[in-house]
Amino acid sequence: MSEPTRPATGEHSAISPLSIHDLTVAYHRRPVLWDIDYDAPAGKLVAIVGPNGSGKTTLIKACLELVPRASGEVRFFGLPYRQARHRVGYVPQRESVDWEFPINALQVVEMGLYRQIGWFRRVRKQHREQAMEALKRVGMADFATRQISQLSGGQQQRVFLARALVQDADVYLMDEPFVGVDAATERAIVQLLHELRARGKTALVVHHDLQTVPEYFDHVLLLNMRLVAQGPVSEVFTEENLRRTYGGKLALLDRVGQKMVQGGGA
Amino acid sequence: MISRRVDCLGHAAGFGTRAGLAAVLIGVALLLVATRPTTAGAGQGRATVHVAQADPLPAGAPQVQPAAAPQQRAEPHVAAAATLWQRFVRAITLRDYHTRVVLLGTLVLGMTSGVVGTFMLLRKRALIGDVVGHAALPGVCLAFLLQQIWQPGAERSLPALIGGAWLAALAGAGCTVALRRWTRIRDDAAQAVVLSVFFGAGVVLLSIVQRIPTGSAAGLQNWIYGQAGLMLASDVQLITAAAILCLVICGLLFKEFALLAFDEKFAASQGWPVLLLDLLLMGLVVMVAVIGLQAVGLLLVVALLILPPAAARFWTDHLLRMTLLAGAIGGITAFFGVLPSAMLARWATGPSIVLVGGVVFGFSLLFGTQRGLLPRYWLQREVRRKVGRADLLRAMYELIEPGLPDDAPQVTSLAGVPVRRELLVQKRSWKARRVAGLIADAQRRGLIATGPADQVSLTTAGAEEAFRAARQHRLWELFLMQAADVGLTQVDRSADRIEHFLEPDEIDELERRLARQYPELARPEPAMPHSPHALPEKQP
Repeated sequence: MSEPTRPATGEHSAISPLSIHDLTVAYHRRPVLWDIDYDAPAGKLVAIVGPNGSGKTTLIKACLELVPRASGEVRFFGLPYRQARHRVGYVPQRESVDWEFPINALQVVEMGLYRQIGWFRRVRKQHREQAMEALKRVGMADFATRQISQLSGGQQQRVFLARALVQDADVYLMDEPFVGVDAATERAIVQLLHELRARGKTALVVHHDLQTVPEYFDHVLLLNMRLVAQGPVSEVFTEENLRRTYGGKLALLDRVGQKMVQGGGA
Repeated sequence: MISRRVDCLGHAAGFGTRAGLAAVLIGVALLLVATRPTTAGAGQGRATVHVAQADPLPAGAPQVQPAAAPQQRAEPHVAAAATLWQRFVRAITLRDYHTRVVLLGTLVLGMTSGVVGTFMLLRKRALIGDVVGHAALPGVCLAFLLQQIWQPGAERSLPALIGGAWLAALAGAGCTVALRRWTRIRDDAAQAVVLSVFFGAGVVLLSIVQRIPTGSAAGLQNWIYGQAGLMLASDVQLITAAAILCLVICGLLFKEFALLAFDEKFAASQGWPVLLLDLLLMGLVVMVAVIGLQAVGLLLVVALLILPPAAARFWTDHLLRMTLLAGAIGGITAFFGVLPSAMLARWATGPSIVLVGGVVFGFSLLFGTQRGLLPRYWLQREVRRKVGRADLLRAMYELIEPGLPDDAPQVTSLAGVPVRRELLVQKRSWKARRVAGLIADAQRRGLIATGPADQVSLTTAGAEEAFRAARQHRLWELFLMQAADVGLTQVDRSADRIEHFLEPDEIDELERRLARQYPELARPEPAMPHSPHALPEKQP
């Protein structure tokens, strides 16, 4: 199981919190991710960076089995996602839900505990306390009973973070938590990420703002339909790599993709 | 404005669920008592008599009764009711056995559809109810035809019809899902296709049914617009049992359905079987639609699913309360919609249920405390008034300030200083009428006193308010200049918008932040900072 060549990091032995092998994902036969091979370093903050439509969100969703994989394999701590679920926290994009939903902040956080609570059972006091604790950690305790549409974008994002935190997972996948948030929320998220890292957790974060990558993250994964480069920010986050990520080398992949749609169709 | 709720909401939620369940159980018990045929009621243990049918008024043929039906029709005690009012009183007091059965049955049906509809509405699948309703028709007709082949001339059997409706409705819902999933047809188009094709097939089958002798007597055409009055006691019992099953499932899976409706992707990532839950929810909708066909009719059954939760949404921001309220509204809607059928023969109950639902919805839309239009309007009006008042008082302050001797003016020196009205009008380029309105409002609140020669002055209370308003404005201006790099020329206008919404703790923070730079703020009593810009005599 474990590979002897990789040095043990943190408490989780040599097994990577997330290892992706040969992952290809296609929407309607058209590949959006090609042959991704990646091992996330344990106990690090990893930025997933790439232009729009480069498959960042798809990568996360494919790891969580939310979109079907055309081929390849994803393992969390050496296990398929189904068996490692409780160790994985997911923070979807804020826009993915309707914030007019009749529910308050605390109740959203409690949703992170539903799996633990189980079928048919109700949310109990201890769960509410756990959820409250998670809200405190993102500085939202005062807003617990506020209807979620009455929160600012940044506050909504923090509620989402709290919902993932309440699970006490070991690896977190966050989809653009920094988009459209205020400065206070940005600071709160960064602080939270540091706190997670200090406790040996790993976080993979889809990130848009290239300028803050070196400041906020340890590792970076440059993505543009295929994996362009990955590794410590100091080594990999270079102008050359960024140019390769954002530059126009996609035409070929795009053309081949189109062909697969047309040629593959029965 | 934000309503802060008590912290024990969660506890209330737990209690609410239990109370809801208890209410349901009591309802069941009541219903069982009510639907037990009284000795005076029906001959063969089955109440079949429709109140209005015994009436001499309608000229309608006795189309309900199948030829071979063994039940007797007239009941002595219902024929007595004569005037419309008497009939209404009779109906609403549930004096007649049949009325009681039908009304209570539809009450439970309405409650269930309100509850199930809540999840459907929040799942943004409101129109599925419509598809399911229309899709049920061919099932009803086919079931009847098959039954006629099996036992020619037999009376219609509701379980068979409902079973047929159920299968066809499920097939319709399944087709919609399949079309969306495996083709590139969009949701709305898929729904339209399924709805119209199934309904078309249903109408064709219905005209075949009408051609066979027992068919026209079975009254299947009444399922299009719904005639609750034609329901039999056994129908009602079946409907009630199904409705209660739906309610129990909703109660058990409340948390799961809530998660599904709010964030499907997150639910899936957590390992909840989203597809299964969706199918279950769809199954509940089908169930409600099918058992509602007789009372509401397939054309309008969607209204009973959607109007109650849509109306409930205007009153609350809390999911459990919305669900319970939707159930209550659904029950009331169905009850009052069906009521006329206890008074008038051959009344199409579907439309009247929808009308009642529409009235409730309209009322909620206007007066709903959380999202209703009028409360919102009043709130905005209140805010506008408050802002206008603060602006007026600040203008007063700024007109008075230059004449004050002290460098840092005190509240007490403001009261009683006369200001001419036209200066106020010029000050903010307001219209004279608006100023007059603002002054009148402030005067009513005892903030401003009018003097001779078109002069106004601040009262003691007004002086305090004016001081506070001006201070708030300047604190915010200073903050904007210091922290947000807003230019001197813009600062007045930017501050204008925010200052009215500063909360006390935010003002404290402003003071703390600004104290280093502006030592005059550090005094123990609230002090007025200097305006960062020259106060213009006239605004451009």
